[in-house]
Amino acid sequence: MNLDFSFFTLNIISNFIIKGLLFSIKLTLVTLVCGLIIGTMIAMMRLSKFKILNYPALGYVVLIRSLPFVMVILWVFILIPLVIGKSIGSENSAYITYIVFESAFYSEIMRSGIQSVKKEQMQAGYAVGLTYFQSMRYIILPQAFRNMLPVILTQTIVLFQDTSLVYAIGAYDLLKGFEIVSKNFNRPVEAYLIAAVVYFIICFSLSYGVKLTQRKVQIAK
Amino acid sequence: MIEFKNVSKWYGNFQVLNNCTFSIQKGDVVVICGPSGSGKSTLVKTINALESIQQGEIIVDGIKLNDPQTNLPQLRARVGMVFQNFELFPHLNVIENLTLAQIKVLGRSKDQAITYGLKYLERVGLLSQKDKFPGQLSGGQQQRVAIARALSMDPIIMLFDEPTSALDPEMVGEVLDVIVKLAKEGMTMCVITHEMSFAKNLSKRVIFMDEGKIVEDCSKDKFFGNPDLLSARAKEFLSKILRNN
Repeated sequence: MNLDFSFFTLNIISNFIIKGLLFSIKLTLVTLVCGLIIGTMIAMMRLSKFKILNYPALGYVVLIRSLPFVMVILWVFILIPLVIGKSIGSENSAYITYIVFESAFYSEIMRSGIQSVKKEQMQAGYAVGLTYFQSMRYIILPQAFRNMLPVILTQTIVLFQDTSLVYAIGAYDLLKGFEIVSKNFNRPVEAYLIAAVVYFIICFSLSYGVKLTQRKVQIAK
Repeated sequence: MIEFKNVSKWYGNFQVLNNCTFSIQKGDVVVICGPSGSGKSTLVKTINALESIQQGEIIVDGIKLNDPQTNLPQLRARVGMVFQNFELFPHLNVIENLTLAQIKVLGRSKDQAITYGLKYLERVGLLSQKDKFPGQLSGGQQQRVAIARALSMDPIIMLFDEPTSALDPEMVGEVLDVIVKLAKEGMTMCVITHEMSFAKNLSKRVIFMDEGKIVEDCSKDKFFGNPDLLSARAKEFLSKILRNN
């Protein structure tokens, strides 16, 4: 087998790859931020003593965790035009699906994060006159987030890899960029090899970053 | 200032507080003692509604606690509480620990809150530690910061839930000194403690609890001076604990 990488020029990178990479990063970051916010709210609902908050949150998490991601991606893409009467495009559909899906996973992380904070901390918050939401906002959640930071980052690396699943609805992500290049030059082996290297470099450096924060979190404790 | 009328509380079928009635006047220094599991801690935590009650009535500074109209956070802000395990906020430094509730609950400006905070840090002798994090302080220092945190809210009463029992022996003194100083300045307080010599020094009045009941509520002199006048249960407790000291 002869490998020929000569087709892979700067021109190709800026025309095909960067666009996809930017979407993958954007999808990851938007999902991370929205997923964390929604996930934290779901986690608080799940830990609530009120059944009316508790059960819907539990149902949501159990449902999402029992469904294959690609199926949900496809399903939302098909469903939304049927419901609202017009297509919102594969990228917007991806944003919605990823946020809905990942919120369930972030909520599980934040739930154990909240539970990792001693319950006396909540009492201490109450004792100085803070309300439930103030105690959560200023005392419990910052500690929960700090304790869970390595896990949140690890989940986010998995999320970045999973952005490649938007191939199912044809959105233009990093992998799609390589797919187009491979078709244009009829060099699939080389193109996907480079794709693997790019994914590896990004994810490996992120994991290394996680390791460093993990050490920091442990010292801060 | 604080009034308990026939207060009872259950955890499931287990009765933790059994018909407790007592009151605390302004300037009172009350020591609560009793064997573990006797309900001391629960009793004290009902004063700022950290624990709810099922029967009876608690009135703090004229406000009924179990009235659903009562704004509990506002009331708790005026009742200082010091926990056994300090419960400082570990992600905030010392001065932030002291100013958070002043700003968020009392609505003080940041500068005002810092001024108050520093004043009380100085009183507990920890002004130089203001920028450290709780994890960098010794247990005794942490507890003194916790006392300063409660004081900076200008409380009408201070509650201490075994303030020294989580401390190494050599650090107990520095915390007790702060509490004694407060008592001498006329602060109303309610202290759960097993340190009997401290109780003798500090209090005018002793409440002895057993199995959720207030068994003795008498002057310090009677409690420590005349054991023959006490109930059998209190006598037994006292002789055990004095032997250990």
